[in-house]
Amino acid sequence: MAIKPEAQSKVSLERHGLTDEQLVAILRTMLMQRTLENRGFQLNRQGKIPFASASEGHEAVQAGAAMAFERGKDILVPYYRDLGLALGIGLTPYEVLLSLFARAADHSAGRQFPHHYASRRLGLHTISSIIAAQLPHAVGAAFALQYSGETGRAVLTTFGDGATSEGEWHESVNFAAVHTLPIVFLCENNEWAISTPLSKQMGQPDVFKRAEGYGLPGGVVDGMDPIACYAAVGAAMQRARSGGGPTLVEAKCYRFLSHTTDDDDRTYRSPDEVQARRKDDPVPCFERLLVERAVLNAEQVEALKRGVLEETNDATDRAEAMAYPDAADLYEKVYAEGWEPWTV
Amino acid sequence: MAMEGLRPIAEIQFADFIYPSFNQIVGEAAKIRYRSNGEYTCPLVIRTPYGGGVRGALSHSVSIEALFYHVPGLKIVAPSFPDDVKGLLNAAIDDPDPVLFLEHKKTYRLIKGEVPDGHYTIPLGKANVRKAGTQLTVVSYGLYLHWALEAAQRLQEENVSVEVIDLRSIRPMDKTAILTSVQKTRKLLIVHEDNKFGGIGAEISAMVAEEALFSLDSPIRRLCGPDVPSMGYALPLEEEFMSSPAEMADAMRAMVKF
Amino acid sequence: MATTDLRTGSLERHGLSDEQLRDMFRNMLLQRQLDNRGFQLNRQGKVPFALGSEGHEALQAGAAMAFNRGRDILAPYYRDLGLCLGIGLSPFEILLSIFARAEDHNGGRQFPNHYSSKAAGLMSFSSILAAHLPHAVGAAFAIAYRGETGRAVLATCGDGTTSEGEWHESMNFAAVHKLPFVMLVENNEWAISTPLAKQMAQPEIWKRAAGYGMPGRRFNGFDPIETYAAVKEAMDRARAGEGPTLVEGTCYRYLAHSTDDNDLTYRTREVVQERRKDDPVPAFEAVLLEHGIVTPEGVAAMRKDVLRETNEATDAAEALPYPEPTDLYKHVYEGAWEPWQS
Repeated sequence: MAIKPEAQSKVSLERHGLTDEQLVAILRTMLMQRTLENRGFQLNRQGKIPFASASEGHEAVQAGAAMAFERGKDILVPYYRDLGLALGIGLTPYEVLLSLFARAADHSAGRQFPHHYASRRLGLHTISSIIAAQLPHAVGAAFALQYSGETGRAVLTTFGDGATSEGEWHESVNFAAVHTLPIVFLCENNEWAISTPLSKQMGQPDVFKRAEGYGLPGGVVDGMDPIACYAAVGAAMQRARSGGGPTLVEAKCYRFLSHTTDDDDRTYRSPDEVQARRKDDPVPCFERLLVERAVLNAEQVEALKRGVLEETNDATDRAEAMAYPDAADLYEKVYAEGWEPWTV
Repeated sequence: MAMEGLRPIAEIQFADFIYPSFNQIVGEAAKIRYRSNGEYTCPLVIRTPYGGGVRGALSHSVSIEALFYHVPGLKIVAPSFPDDVKGLLNAAIDDPDPVLFLEHKKTYRLIKGEVPDGHYTIPLGKANVRKAGTQLTVVSYGLYLHWALEAAQRLQEENVSVEVIDLRSIRPMDKTAILTSVQKTRKLLIVHEDNKFGGIGAEISAMVAEEALFSLDSPIRRLCGPDVPSMGYALPLEEEFMSSPAEMADAMRAMVKF
Repeated sequence: MATTDLRTGSLERHGLSDEQLRDMFRNMLLQRQLDNRGFQLNRQGKVPFALGSEGHEALQAGAAMAFNRGRDILAPYYRDLGLCLGIGLSPFEILLSIFARAEDHNGGRQFPNHYSSKAAGLMSFSSILAAHLPHAVGAAFAIAYRGETGRAVLATCGDGTTSEGEWHESMNFAAVHKLPFVMLVENNEWAISTPLAKQMAQPEIWKRAAGYGMPGRRFNGFDPIETYAAVKEAMDRARAGEGPTLVEGTCYRYLAHSTDDNDLTYRTREVVQERRKDDPVPAFEAVLLEHGIVTPEGVAAMRKDVLRETNEATDAAEALPYPEPTDLYKHVYEGAWEPWQS
C-alpha cells in the first residue's frame, strides 16, 4: 500500500476513495503543519516565545489520519506532537498561534504549553505532557460512547513509541479490548522518545505485534504515506464506529527535528542519520506524487504554499497582537466555583 | 467518561491501592478544568475505603487524605455518619469537579444510624457541630470522630463541656465552623488517624494560628497517628498505632485544665 | 515437550529422580495442609485472616524444584505458599506469619502469606498487585549489572496482575535489557471476583510475550513435572544470559480469595466442583502410585508426617509472643523514626 512515487505509474495511484479535493486538502494540511511548526521554532529563536515542540516527519500520518476523522461525531485524544492532526480536524492556524503565544484567547487561556490544545467544539480532548496519561481518558470516552448506546462514533487516540512502555498504555489497550470499545489506538512510531531510541524502548521493534496479546487486531502502515495512513485509520475507525471494537494501528514515521526547542538531538544521534532519513520526507514526496499524477500542477502547488505562508503570517500577527491573560486568571477554573480550599 | 458527559463513580478497594492511579487523580482529573480553561471538566467521584483498626496490616489500613488534600482542583469528603454519607455522596455526584470520597472501613459495620428516605444532598465544605460545648473544640472526622464523641460524652459526665466538630469535608474545609467554635471555647484539639506530620491537623493548626491566635488560651494540640508507615498486622502494633476514646478523653482533660 | 498425562498416568520425568518426585508431592501435601490450617485457625477465631492457594500446589511445587537455592531470587505474590515452602521456608515460619508473632520475618507487620527471607532469596512483597515486579526486574538488573552469571530472578503473579501497568513496564524493561528474569503467571482464572473473560479479551497470557520480544510458553500447571520442565528451561536460559521468558501455567483457584471472601457471590459451587476433577494433589498421587514411586503405605506415612509437622509448627508458633508495641517504631528508617530533627 506504500506509495513510492518514483516507482509507480499514474494509474497505480491507490486513492482509497479520496477525491482530488481531499488529496489536495491532505497536502495542504501537511504544508500547513510544517510551516506552523517552523514558525514556532522561528519565534523561539527570535526570543518571542520560550518554547516550541516539533512534529516534522509526522505530517503524512497526521494528515491522513485526520481525513479519517468525522468532524462533529468522532473524538480525538491526541498527544503533544499532533499539530497536523489537530489542524486536520479543524483547529485553525490562529488557534495554534494563540497556543504558541500563550494568549488569553487560547483554549487553555495561556495555561498550557504550546501544542497542548483542547477544543470541545472539535471533540479534541485537552492534552497532557505526561506520556500515556491521555490513554485512560480516551478509553473512558469510548466507554462513554458505548455506555450511552451511541453508534457511528469512535475515539481516535494517538501516542508515540515511547508511550507504549507506560503502564497506562497497557491498561488502556487491555481495557478497550475487554470491553470491545469503539476506539483506535494510533501509534506514531518515530523511533525516538526524546533521546531514547526504539532499540532501548522495546525488545522488538513493532508496536503492532502487541495487539494479538490483547486480543485485538493490529496492523502496520507506512507513516510517510498519507493515503495509506488514511486507509488504515479509516478502516479501523469504521470498524470501531460499527461496534467491531478497538484496533491498534502503527504508523512508521521519523522525527526529523529535535524533540523541542529545548533539546539538541546532536547529543544523542548524528546529523548524518537524520539526513539519510530525509529522503523519505513525506512532504516533498507527497507533493511530487500529486504533481506526477496530475492532481496538481506546479503553479497550483506554489499557490498552495503561498496561501499557507500568508495564513501563517496573518495568524502570527493576529495572535501576537492579542493580550496575555490577566494575572487574576491564575485563580480561574480551579473549580466550577471559587478556588480557595477553605469555605467560609 | 466524566469528560464526555457521564458521572462515573469509581471505587478503589482499598485506599492503600490508590497509589498507581495517583497520576490520573492528581495530575489529570484535578487539572482538566484548569488546563482546558473550563472547556473540559472531570466530574468524577472516587469512593475508597480507608483507615485501620480492622487488622488490615500494612496494605489495608492506610489513611491517604494528606497525600491528596494538597491538590487544588480536587475535593475530598470524609463523612462519618450514615445520613451524611448519603447526602454527601449525592452532592459529590452532583458536583462539577472530581471528588475523592473517603469511607472509613471500620465504620461500615460499627456505626449505625437512620438514613432519611428520598433524595437529598448535604453541601460539600460544610462541617457539622455534632456536640455543642464551651470549654474545648475538638475537630475530627472518620472513625476517630466517633471515638472523640464518646470521649466528649464521658467528659460531660465529669461536667466538662467539649464541642466536637465533624469536619465532613477536608477540601474545601469549613473555616467558619472551626473559627466560630475556637473563638467560643478558646482551645483546639485536632484528632485524626492519619500520620501527624503534614497531616490535616497541621493545616488546621496553621489556619487557626494565622486567624485566631489571640483567641486561644492554650497551645493547639494534635492527637494523630504516629509517623510510621502503617499499623502492623500483629495486634499490639495496631493497638499502638490507633488511639482510643480513653486516650482522647485524657487529652481533652489535659487541655481543659491548661 | 513430552508431558506427564495425569489422566492416563503416563510419566515423563524430565530428569527428576524418585526422591525429587516424592519431595514435590510432599510439598503439595504440606501446602494444602498449611492452607487449610490457616482457614481453620481463622474459623476458630484465632487469626483474623488467611489466604487460600488450593489448586496451585502442582505449579508451585514444580516451579520451586527449578529454583536454585542460595543463588536464584524469588519475587512471589501472596498466593505462593507452596513455592515459598519449596525454596526452603519452614512450616514454622508460615505459622509465625499467620499468627503475626514477633519472630516472624516481618516482625508481625505484614499480612499472612506475605513472607520475606533474605537468607532464602525471597524478596519482601506487598498486597498491591504487580508492585513486586519492578523490584524483581530491578533485582535481575542488579545481577546483570554486576556481571553475575548462573543466577536468575523468578517472579510470579496471577492472571489479574497482568492487567496492571507495572506488569507491562516490568516485562518490557526486562526484554529491552535482556535481563535474567522469568515471569511465571499462575493463571487460576479468577482475580478475586473478576473472571478471566473480564480480565482479557483473549485468554492466553503467554501470547503477550511476542509483543515484548521475548519467548513465551504455556503449560499445564496441574502437572508439577511439566511445570518444572517449563520453568527450568526458562530459568536456565535466564541464568545463561539469554534473557527473559514469560511462562504461563494454567491452574484453578478452588477456594475463595481469602477468609474474608465468599466466592458463592460470584461463581457457583457446581463450577468449582466440576474443576475439582482435575485437582492436582490426588492426580499426582495416583501417578506416583501407578509408577511405584510411592506406595499407599508411604503416602499414608507422608500425610501423617505432614500433619504432625503442621501441628507442631502451629503449637510452637502460637506459644510465641506478639511483637512489643514499641516495635511499631522500628525500621521506619535506618535511624530514628521521627520526622523532626532536634
